[in-house]
Amino acid sequence: MSRIAALTRNPAMIALLAALAITGCASKKTPNSAADLGLNGAGAATPGSAQDFTVNIGDRIFFDTDSSSIRADAQTTLSRQAQWLNQYRQYAIVIEGHADERGTREYNLALGARRAAATRDFLVSKGVSAGRLKTISYGKERPVAVCDDISCWSQNRRAVTTLSGAGS
Amino acid sequence: MKSILKPLLMIAAMAMGISSVATLPAQATLELNVNKGNVEPMPIAIPDFQGGLGPQISEIVAADLKRSGLFAPIDKAAFVEKITNPDATPRFDDWKVINAQALVTGSVSKEADGRIRAQYRLWDIFGNQQLAGEQFFANDANQRRVAHIIADAIYEKITGEKGYFDTRVVFVDESGAKNARKKRLAIMDQDGANVRYLSDGRSIVLTPRFSPNRQEITYMSYESGQPKVYLLQIETGQRELVGNFPGMTFAPRFSPDGQKVIMSLLRDDGNSNIFAMDLRSRSTTRLTDSTAIDTSPSYSPDGSQIVFTSDRGGGSGRSQIYVMGADGSNPHRISFGDGVYSTPVWSPRGDLIAFTKQSGGEFQIGVMKTDGSGERILSSGFQQEGPTWAPNGRVLMFFRDSAGGPKLVSVDLTGRNEQQIPTANYASDPAWSPLLE
Repeated sequence: MSRIAALTRNPAMIALLAALAITGCASKKTPNSAADLGLNGAGAATPGSAQDFTVNIGDRIFFDTDSSSIRADAQTTLSRQAQWLNQYRQYAIVIEGHADERGTREYNLALGARRAAATRDFLVSKGVSAGRLKTISYGKERPVAVCDDISCWSQNRRAVTTLSGAGS
Repeated sequence: MKSILKPLLMIAAMAMGISSVATLPAQATLELNVNKGNVEPMPIAIPDFQGGLGPQISEIVAADLKRSGLFAPIDKAAFVEKITNPDATPRFDDWKVINAQALVTGSVSKEADGRIRAQYRLWDIFGNQQLAGEQFFANDANQRRVAHIIADAIYEKITGEKGYFDTRVVFVDESGAKNARKKRLAIMDQDGANVRYLSDGRSIVLTPRFSPNRQEITYMSYESGQPKVYLLQIETGQRELVGNFPGMTFAPRFSPDGQKVIMSLLRDDGNSNIFAMDLRSRSTTRLTDSTAIDTSPSYSPDGSQIVFTSDRGGGSGRSQIYVMGADGSNPHRISFGDGVYSTPVWSPRGDLIAFTKQSGGEFQIGVMKTDGSGERILSSGFQQEGPTWAPNGRVLMFFRDSAGGPKLVSVDLTGRNEQQIPTANYASDPAWSPLLE
């Protein structure tokens, strides 16, 4: 997640990311992780590490405008996440819900919370223990992409599954 | 934290009328009907006040009146008469020739005890008479407040409505890159002067709102990790969590009597409901119970009703404005225009509700009557939101995101007088105080 965040600070890099997504990973419509973007040699990370989760599994899913429905592509990602989280049970999990800027601040706090809850519920339905999962909404206060058009807004409408260390 | 409110009380209420030097009985020939559709700003002459501090004070008075859009201060270079004695009757003809309709003279002096004494007289040029005269005593720290109080007095004398210049605004000061914004609570005078920070920027803080007693604000902060609503005593800096709820609390606002805070509470299913908490008894009351987003509650000034945002009607993403009784009874939708509505705020006069509307790719600030009729858009832009009312219900402030970050903007109810409020950094979430005391 930090990788995408760092790269997308620069608008030129956003264009580059988009190009990579098309050429490197033509089969996937939406980039879901650094791995999807073809940026990282998959498998470089130690299995079971946070880096493994972010790079090889994909730590985030994206939403349609004003929606908290889990899209088909997101379901694929979350199913992978659930499998991984069920294998590596040492992690406590915080799901961050985020919104794009095309909404007002308070409404977007509520929308981010709804997205985080929908993500949590999906992971629970795939066997992840509810006791390991917490949610937090950042509304539109923590964008990763900062341009003023839809290419950024779609990246900001997201839920990010973060591993809060070897908790439980 | 150094107090800024305390010294305010030391403005002596010695607003004793200065005896009129005009012999004619005062009759209001000078008036500005602010309810007309198209108000022509009134030409007003404000020569430098006498005394060392005089020019600074009269400059602030002129700036306040000009910013209201209702007054047009005349260029001092055009003045014919040079005012040397602010207490003497001016040569009305000299002011008529430059088409001044009103003239303000005044002086500022230091008392033996260190206080400053400010006095002004308001002259009706075409009525050949003095309309008002008052004097005020204040300590040094309140120089600017004296000017705002004089501007409010002139505004009220001429328009017949209360002014709004002796007020403050709390807001979120924003600095740094968009994806790493530092957000700090800050407070300033309504004209952007005297900024003071109320938080250190280590945690995200949002949506500060004044209590009716002007001494406290309620706001939302991430300082505990989980976003929660807090109370902050402005003078002492003392903070306190509001309520003991399991999930996120957000969108707080005081009741008009200051006894309650109303806010949204996140439910476990991801939806949000509205609760009121009594600040004395600490008891909480659930006011909505829907599987929808219910947020941004705002009381009517008499405390009997609450306006709020909900997407209960149209499913996800179609938020609209609803009104219900203060006990949660009879919620009903009032916004029916083409767009998404949010952030409703009830006017302090009770007659209008201000809102943010998203329509046609734009964000608009508008007002509607409390039954939803008579919608008027006052300002449109790519990204803007969050109106707050001046205490006289005639001006709104909101924030507009453009050129890299948000800035505060005010607009009057005609929609014709839009002004950016100067702030050192980016600024968002303004909330206007009541008139100070």
